[in-house]
Amino acid sequence: MQMQTEFPLQLDLPQPPELPQMKQPALNRRSFMMCALASGAALGAGEIAPLAAASPASLASADSGQAQNDAQFTVEARFYEKLPNRKIKCKLCPRECAVGDKERGYCGVRENRGGVYYSLVHSRVCAAHVDPIEKKPLFHYLPGTMAFSIATAGCNVNCKFCQNWDISQSRPEQVPASYAPPARVAALARQNNCPTIAYTYSEPVVFSEFLMDTADAGHAAGVRSIVVSNGYMQQDSLKQAYGKMDAVKIDLKSFSDSYYAKVVTGQLKPVLETLVTLRSMGKWTEIVYLVIPTLNDSDAEFRGLAQWVKTNLGPEVPLHFTQFHPEYLLKNLPITPVPTLERAKAIADAEGLHYVYIGNVPGHPAQNTYCPQCRKMLVERVGFTADSLLIRKDGTCPACRHKIPGIWHL
Amino acid sequence: MTAMRINNRRQFLTTCMAGAAALGTSASSMAQHFTPAANSRVVVAHDPQLRAADGNHIDSARMAALFDRAVQSLFESDSPQAAARMAFRPGERVGLKVNTLGGRGISSNLELVLAICRWLQQAGIKPSDIVVWDRDSEELERAGFTLAVGGDRVQCYGTDRVGYEDDLDAYGSVGSRLSKILTRNVDALINVPVLKDHDGAGVTLALKNMYGVIHNPNKYHPNGCDPYVADLNMLAAIRSKMRLTICDATTAMYDGGPGFKPELSWKCNSLLASLDPVALDATGWRMIERKRAEKGLKTLDADQRAPHYISTAADNEHRLGNCEPGRIHVVEI
Repeated sequence: MQMQTEFPLQLDLPQPPELPQMKQPALNRRSFMMCALASGAALGAGEIAPLAAASPASLASADSGQAQNDAQFTVEARFYEKLPNRKIKCKLCPRECAVGDKERGYCGVRENRGGVYYSLVHSRVCAAHVDPIEKKPLFHYLPGTMAFSIATAGCNVNCKFCQNWDISQSRPEQVPASYAPPARVAALARQNNCPTIAYTYSEPVVFSEFLMDTADAGHAAGVRSIVVSNGYMQQDSLKQAYGKMDAVKIDLKSFSDSYYAKVVTGQLKPVLETLVTLRSMGKWTEIVYLVIPTLNDSDAEFRGLAQWVKTNLGPEVPLHFTQFHPEYLLKNLPITPVPTLERAKAIADAEGLHYVYIGNVPGHPAQNTYCPQCRKMLVERVGFTADSLLIRKDGTCPACRHKIPGIWHL
Repeated sequence: MTAMRINNRRQFLTTCMAGAAALGTSASSMAQHFTPAANSRVVVAHDPQLRAADGNHIDSARMAALFDRAVQSLFESDSPQAAARMAFRPGERVGLKVNTLGGRGISSNLELVLAICRWLQQAGIKPSDIVVWDRDSEELERAGFTLAVGGDRVQCYGTDRVGYEDDLDAYGSVGSRLSKILTRNVDALINVPVLKDHDGAGVTLALKNMYGVIHNPNKYHPNGCDPYVADLNMLAAIRSKMRLTICDATTAMYDGGPGFKPELSWKCNSLLASLDPVALDATGWRMIERKRAEKGLKTLDADQRAPHYISTAADNEHRLGNCEPGRIHVVEI
């Protein structure tokens, strides 16, 4: 997943000696860099809640006295069917991996053991951070609030531009992690004054069981849940897992089948179906489209995307065009020029979408929310913070009383 | 060569440490990576008496003899020792990439690995410069190996002990982090796969065994692993170090792989040896097809899982070896 400005905090920082030590690889160069970047991002954000609260130490203390072992993280998967010869067919995502005994699915975090399929990442948190909700980005959901953001290893696609491939394209045992069961995550969210738990960084589809249980624990504790996802799911798992979410951000990587096949290793159609289903479920949904020079930046694609969104989801679904930065297997392409993003926005605006944003370009005026009727600026964003929120408690524009869609207030 | 029965891992290691070290005096002529010739030689060595009286366990003395015959025939040398000196130089660190996914039932055979280790020592390789490895230490142990790190003995451990490189190696459809055992701990590689059916790839032999050297093999199973297997084997660290393939076909699987299912396996009592992994894979595939036909099963092609990655590995882009039957000289001994 592309999150240029969102560096997850790796949980392999040196731990205080009095805490139970996990069996973890030593801090290596990559981990050091990730930690440094995460810390840098945190410092830059300024008002982020105390980082220590989301540190490995605090997660490790969740199970003080308990041994850390793989069994803690292993639960039977919820979305699969059994086949002859101890094979299984995964029903979580459209890939429908047929997995033989002792093998794993494409995601690398689900394993067939004797004909029973297991998730290996329940409560296996490899990244945790307190982020502004604007970093997800969700612009029409509780602006100015913080989200307790977590991830496990694994992903069900392999985007060549992935910013977090260290965790998304790794197996769980290759990534340092802490045991953080659902109730602990909910408690940490509350302790950090986060009204929301965000499942993000890697691909939450692959840790659906953990996501569902954590959402339940969070709701019981008065904490909401949102997910940042590629939307590459089967309808049943989508309804069950994301049915528990309070808002959803979907990365629509492109509006082209061939792009999905070549760059994402997935398919476009199921993602579009996900968006339609989320809409029909009444879930607040925002779409992010990462614009990559030469690969998905044509006028025709922008226009086709905008027309599809307007026709199938309506003009009020926010659409974010975000800037690409070279990473992973696409280091040969340049950063997306800002004029390209502005061209995309202009096309989508012209097609009649009401809330089209430009992302990953700090200070750009298209990060703000404007009333589509009177053009008054309603939410001003600086970096990842919402500086002003003028939308009324009833969700209307204070100037013209036009209804602004979203979840604006706690 | 002295006939020995190896009953446990301790004896195996002791034997390796104490084994005769017939040091070669001439430099190897095999120090460069394999470049496919016009024709490739694949030796299929068979011994119907390979197993001990119980019919299950491999007789280590007969295995050693079978292996010696195989490499002597492959290198067309006067002796296995001469073959070893053709392949390796004293002072080289040699990795044996075994396959241990299938547990004790269908992993690289211990007696075969012992025979290879002894043979390497005949080329002047020190026991401590031999690394028996796979991706995971626990899988090695489940397959019957005992982990060994340090000391003047054959080393045995998984990539989990040392990790993967931080940076990606990429070719074509593949971008992966390589095992540090491959990149840092060995100079040359002997590939020791098992002759197996594979439910997704069709067969898993020499080329696909390299999935065990990368951090993300799960990403490369779509489309019958094609072209991922071929692209993976193009990575410089693999291609430049690959010296020889010895495929364990003592027990083989004709269906239901890669996990072990005894009812879908047969006691083939054979070894395949080649310098050309593509030719070896093509030959092993035909052996599996013959067994499937004998059992009344559909061909892998009819089952829609023919291993097309083998021909991809031989195509003009990859040139990793020969796959056409007319260009493979199969020597049955």
